[in-house]
Amino acid sequence: MEQKTKVNAEDGKQELFITREFDLPLELLFTAYTEPEIVEQWMGTKVLQLESRKYGSYQFETSDPKGNKYRFSGVAHEFIPDKKIVRTFEMEGTPFGLQLEFYEFEAVTDSTSKLLMHVIYESVEKRDAVIKQGMVRGIDLAHNRIEKILQKQL
Amino acid sequence: MNLRRDVFQAIADPTRRAILLLVASQAMTAGAIASNFDTARPTVSKHLQILTECELLEQTQNGREIYYHINAKKMKAIADFIEPFRKMWDDRFNKLESIMKNYKPKK
Repeated sequence: MEQKTKVNAEDGKQELFITREFDLPLELLFTAYTEPEIVEQWMGTKVLQLESRKYGSYQFETSDPKGNKYRFSGVAHEFIPDKKIVRTFEMEGTPFGLQLEFYEFEAVTDSTSKLLMHVIYESVEKRDAVIKQGMVRGIDLAHNRIEKILQKQL
Repeated sequence: MNLRRDVFQAIADPTRRAILLLVASQAMTAGAIASNFDTARPTVSKHLQILTECELLEQTQNGREIYYHINAKKMKAIADFIEPFRKMWDDRFNKLESIMKNYKPKK
């Protein structure tokens, strides 16, 4: 089966590309990025602020099971409805640094659409650290699941 | 005792990646591998040691010679290093898709 989400991270580069086709009309896909309640649902974060306009800023917050809070924030440099968002992104208090994100939204048919994400990091090392963090997170999630199963058995 | 080396640190080095490519096609002795590089023999030995420590290379004794060959299993694990990151985004986007399929615009 072909994968719907593709990640292209070339060796030794400080950028990566994520592409995804959605079984959604373009307008609905774009709405998922601009409606705070919707962003909260699919990103799994609390939205403290989300200004969907040029120079608009955003602030998200997640908390882990222990109650530690993590903030994500950035500023939009370009905001063209149903077409493009350029913004900065920072996971506050982490060594991952700032990243620059280009989102391109595109209609494929009347009922399907495509998103191209181009992310640029401060260095090759930081990009690789973010990718590896995804791996660590995957392990964490599996660990939490095992913990839950074990708790149920006790 | 040597601490187990980080496999990603191991493949971050261009010479070590070149060694892996070289050995991927056929098992080779340290001497044969070194003859492909301008770097000093001890440097190549050091690279081979690191690659062996993190199990990307395996050694087999053939008479007096030690041959290095690739550990395909371990290599595959690295090729998949982007996979959890991809999966994380895939899960997120699947969620987005299913939420928006049930979305009723506010009027």
